[in-house]
Amino acid sequence: MNFSETKEQEFVRKMVREFAIEEVRPIAADIDKEHRFPTETVEKMSKYGLLGVPFPKELGGAGGDNVSYAITVEELSRECASTGVICSAHTSLCVWPIWAWGTDEQKQKYMIPLAKGEKLGAFGLTEPNAGSDAGGQQTRAVDMGDHWLLNGTKVFITNGGFADVFVIVAMTDKSKGTRGGISAFIIEKDFEGFAIGKTEDKMGICASSTTELIFQNCKVPKENLLGKVGEGFKVAMSTLDGGRIGIASQALGIAQGALDVTVEYLKTRKQFGKKLSKMQALQFDIAEMKTRIEASRLLIYKAADMKDKHLAYGPASAMAKLFAAETAMYVTTKAVQLHGGYGFIKDYPVERMMRDAKITEIYEGTSEVQKMVIAASVIGK
Amino acid sequence: MAFKIIVCAKQVPDTSEVKIDPVKNTIMREGVPSILNHDDANALEEALKMKDQYPDTTVTVITMGPPQAKDMLLECLAMGADEGVLVSDRAVGGSDTWATSNVLAAAINKLGEFDLIFAGRQAIDGDTAQVGPQLAEKLDLPQVTYVAEFKIDPNMKDITVKRVLEDGYEMIKIKTPCILTAINELNVPRYMSIGGIYDAANKELKVWNAKDIAVDLNTVGLEASPTNVFRSFTPVPKGKGMMIEGDTQKDIAQNLLINLKAKHVI
Repeated sequence: MNFSETKEQEFVRKMVREFAIEEVRPIAADIDKEHRFPTETVEKMSKYGLLGVPFPKELGGAGGDNVSYAITVEELSRECASTGVICSAHTSLCVWPIWAWGTDEQKQKYMIPLAKGEKLGAFGLTEPNAGSDAGGQQTRAVDMGDHWLLNGTKVFITNGGFADVFVIVAMTDKSKGTRGGISAFIIEKDFEGFAIGKTEDKMGICASSTTELIFQNCKVPKENLLGKVGEGFKVAMSTLDGGRIGIASQALGIAQGALDVTVEYLKTRKQFGKKLSKMQALQFDIAEMKTRIEASRLLIYKAADMKDKHLAYGPASAMAKLFAAETAMYVTTKAVQLHGGYGFIKDYPVERMMRDAKITEIYEGTSEVQKMVIAASVIGK
Repeated sequence: MAFKIIVCAKQVPDTSEVKIDPVKNTIMREGVPSILNHDDANALEEALKMKDQYPDTTVTVITMGPPQAKDMLLECLAMGADEGVLVSDRAVGGSDTWATSNVLAAAINKLGEFDLIFAGRQAIDGDTAQVGPQLAEKLDLPQVTYVAEFKIDPNMKDITVKRVLEDGYEMIKIKTPCILTAINELNVPRYMSIGGIYDAANKELKVWNAKDIAVDLNTVGLEASPTNVFRSFTPVPKGKGMMIEGDTQKDIAQNLLINLKAKHVI
């Protein structure tokens, strides 16, 4: 058992930390307030390899591992959860399934520019009536002989308004249901019959782009089928297993960021003649926050390490995501409380962090869905 | 022909986090992170910019220090340098600037041919700004210090630099080979890249001892260093400055005069 970071992982943390302090922190409050997608940050992330951390160099990646990727999302999210999820949705939900399920041609054409960060990716599974219940898919893909024809609507798609490439799941044979009836496709933003719909106005992660995707007789080339016909459910579920490491890392980063600023605040704020940091009741809150953060970190790195070692990591990533998301909510709520009135106003970052934390308990499988995954791994289906 | 640049760098304690022991009057290094010296990062950045423009340029970073200075060299490689050289030996420990430049000159002689040496103006722990110029003297090379702008002619021989002084600047033309010392106005250093970090892990650093570089042992280390530190101390903090305000420049000037008169300065 080894609980220490490798030299490379240590350097990745140092690099992303510096990047986040210099490039992300100064704009985090503004882009949240303006609901502005930070294209300038995405360009810089691309330049330094932050959009292809866990992929091999020959396919455009940085040659890192999944622990380094988790550290990357964590350190970005420590300053700005919106920036963290841009990286996570792109890496886990679009580049990864093309790497894992794509043909050599698909990897050459789509994965290399995505992993280099020259293009941004997104993933479309959720529909108005189908989220974690993937079998409720109403988006249809019909085999027209020389192409596929897609019709339907996806909702809540992260990076939707700014992505160039989308991995989309659609029903190809309803009679076969979830297993065998669903297929995955690679869609380019300029495909005929494909449009970006409404942009959602959200409670948190306001600088990230969350949109509808609309397919109206969208023609998709035959060679853009991802995996085999009927393998879409497997593509989607394996993608979400990895995505949970990304979202858990985002939650961890939010919690760590909230702890950082809260400790700083307690050390400067004086009441009743002494610093808040000298008050034992508040010290106990800090101890509780720190312990939960550290426990989240260990669960996440364990899941990421298992993924690096090609072990079955699905339940591990579900536990990491469940615990880290609930920790993010717990820690940010405490952080606001410890800031008193200042925590409730937008001049201090904990207000944003608390709003940002909530989504981590919801997307890429709610906490309840994580519990279903975990329970099934313990009890059996 | 490939252009060869040597960058001299130093691993230093992050002085923004250093405290002075109030009893012993020495730097408390425990728990203080070590970093790539700021001006040296500017020196490296300028070399890397040249490599961006002329990809067959090679950048070698050289440092003298304890074994843990390898981490700083790895950071330089992760930023894009090609090669890292560490001169590490108990015999060179405690060297002052004179002895340090003897070590670096010997190591650079061992490295062989080069076109340009970039160094940082000064290190944040010693603030002497002496090693670069001393190195130039010992290698018998022309030098320009305090470089804030750098341009090289496509002939790869003629360099034009802007040298910043307290009350102005000089534009200087100089030919390769030469030594330039960088200040922070020169550029904004890049970050390491994730890919660079993983590449660096696979590169082998050159680690040389005093024997490897064939330096005269009577010219290096604490004993051979002519500099002696008599005392180090924390200066008494000055009082807070006064900000003079006013709606117009004239008001501000008047308020300044009133204050100066009140204190009998004028």
